[in-house]
Amino acid sequence: MGYRRDDGATHPPLLSPGYKSTVLRAPSQAPILLPHTLTEITGPLLGEGRVSAADADLTKHPDGEATGQRIIVHGQVRDSDGRPVPDTLVELWQANAGGRYLHKWDQHDTPLDPYFTGVGRALTDSTGRYRFVTIKPGAYPWGNHYNAWRPAHIHFSLFGRAFTQRLVTQMYFPDDPLFPHDPVFNSVPEAARSRLVSRFDLTNSVEAWALAFEFDIVLRGREQTPMEDAHA
Amino acid sequence: MSETPSQTVGPFLSIGLPWPDGPFVVLDADPNGFWVHGVVTDGAGEPVPDALVETWQADPDGRFDHPDDPRGAVSGFRGFGRCPTDDTGRYAIRTLKPGSVPGPGGAPQAPHIDVSVLARGLLHRVVTRIYFADHADANAADPVLLTVPDDRRATLIAVPDDEGYRFDIRLQGERETVFFDV
Repeated sequence: MGYRRDDGATHPPLLSPGYKSTVLRAPSQAPILLPHTLTEITGPLLGEGRVSAADADLTKHPDGEATGQRIIVHGQVRDSDGRPVPDTLVELWQANAGGRYLHKWDQHDTPLDPYFTGVGRALTDSTGRYRFVTIKPGAYPWGNHYNAWRPAHIHFSLFGRAFTQRLVTQMYFPDDPLFPHDPVFNSVPEAARSRLVSRFDLTNSVEAWALAFEFDIVLRGREQTPMEDAHA
Repeated sequence: MSETPSQTVGPFLSIGLPWPDGPFVVLDADPNGFWVHGVVTDGAGEPVPDALVETWQADPDGRFDHPDDPRGAVSGFRGFGRCPTDDTGRYAIRTLKPGSVPGPGGAPQAPHIDVSVLARGLLHRVVTRIYFADHADANAADPVLLTVPDDRRATLIAVPDDEGYRFDIRLQGERETVFFDV
């Protein structure tokens, strides 16, 4: 069985001129349909021995605690048929509370936090669930246009179980006033944008300790017909 | 259920995605190992220093360490490589030559490696395939390569050199790499 094809209403077009870096990087030729052969319906099953429980808590550093608003980010990874995706690697990275990344190219005039690297890893459990403890990232300026600020976001990377399911995305926070002004967020077809916004979750917030945000992630599901045959 | 949309990795992907052993699909000591390497360039021919190249492939027998390989999973071959580009747009993956994998209708495919390229300015990964110049006969019969226009096939063929194979990735413009809709 192959995987579903992109429905054209989910992912951003590669050329989205409002986001200037796409102009010289988006391929100009139409992609060629790749049949889903064994190479595409398999994929790396990573993480065992690569992830420890501590990797899911970004607030703890051997020498101290990260500065900022502590939050819990959790959710379930499923495929578009609703099936949970267990034991899959979730990688995330983000800016600190002031909106600065621990990266040589990020010279935003706000301090680095010596106790915050902004990198997390986890494996989903047997029901596809993951949970991180981190700091709410700050918005930051990015020079795409005058007064360009990225809404606060956390980068997520997922593998699923097949090469076809690979996904890198960004999670946003509810009701961010920067949404209407951000060409990266708005590159996504309008009807699909809300899927990038986490849900404030009072139920899973922890009394006197941290607010929770829920972010469910849906990877591509299977086709309902047998594996496609390019020569059929 | 509706799929989650893709977003760019942004310029700071190297905080979160590279692993120390990422480029090593096989250990450096493997006597059959070689480098697949090249430069990622943009539409102006400039190197892309904030990209990540990921590879996925069969082992030398054409098998995958994966439960969905109907021939039975083999174990021990990671099959996956990832390497961020450096300041000059270069990447390198240490690996083995994959064996033949069945294609559509069971016809054999030429040895190939699936590639995802992620970068600032790419709102979604782009996917290509690496084939090998020294498998000319298999390439000529490969069911995927045959769907690629003749004059663009060369962009998918890695060329032998001192390190292993050279495979440049041109995101846009002259001799633009063929990308696939996966």
